[in-house]
Amino acid sequence: MSYTQLAILGVILAIVIDLFVARTRLITRRAFWVPYAIIVLFQLLTNGVLTGFSIVTYDGQFIIGDSTPVEGPPPFIGGGRIAFAPVEDLMFGFALILLSLVIWVWLGRRGVQRTPFAGPPIWRRRSEDSAST
Amino acid sequence: MTNLSYLAVLAFILLATAWLEVVLRTRVYQRWRRLLLTLIVPVVVFVVWDLYAIAAGHWDFDPNSTTGMVVLGSLPLEELLFFIVIPIASILSLEAVRSVKGWPVGDEQTLDGQSGGER
Repeated sequence: MSYTQLAILGVILAIVIDLFVARTRLITRRAFWVPYAIIVLFQLLTNGVLTGFSIVTYDGQFIIGDSTPVEGPPPFIGGGRIAFAPVEDLMFGFALILLSLVIWVWLGRRGVQRTPFAGPPIWRRRSEDSAST
Repeated sequence: MTNLSYLAVLAFILLATAWLEVVLRTRVYQRWRRLLLTLIVPVVVFVVWDLYAIAAGHWDFDPNSTTGMVVLGSLPLEELLFFIVIPIASILSLEAVRSVKGWPVGDEQTLDGQSGGER
């Protein structure tokens, strides 16, 4: 299978695990999408370094875009790439992040170090925060 | 670019998220047993994917930007570390937002409905 096919499959499987296997239903929660939005910005930055400097290179046979050129960086945007990286990397990343968070939350629900919960931030007093956790 | 380039990117990700544990009290590293157990699944799944992709030629790594250390026959050490570092950073982000916003994540109660839990 191509990277494109595998990446789509990865996203589908991660969503199926979230909704129907672990039943954590993270993709129905803003508590997932807001952190994901933050993570994806940093993914574009760090993966942009890995792909823009050709630390990781790709074969055009297996992605929507062209192969990483031998000389110089790949396109910054367009040609199947976003911030130098193949768009497939966004799907790969989504699957990795969602799967990781699903397992983390699933373990918590099973009682594995469910507590202590996160928070409060150091600038908040514990008493005023107790209601929100 | 040096042989440490890829490792430097991973180190940046760890450092850029570590402060969340202290300032937002994410308590992710504090719950290290839950964290280690969590990592098993993405590490196994994505190492298998990576080994397949390398064998099939989907992607490759610049020998001048990686240490050259390899695990499981063909997997650069950096890739294995990637599948540890990214889940940690993701969980820290999840718990950081929860710390500030207090939105439900899904583990506020155990499956049998009890609100208590081991510490």
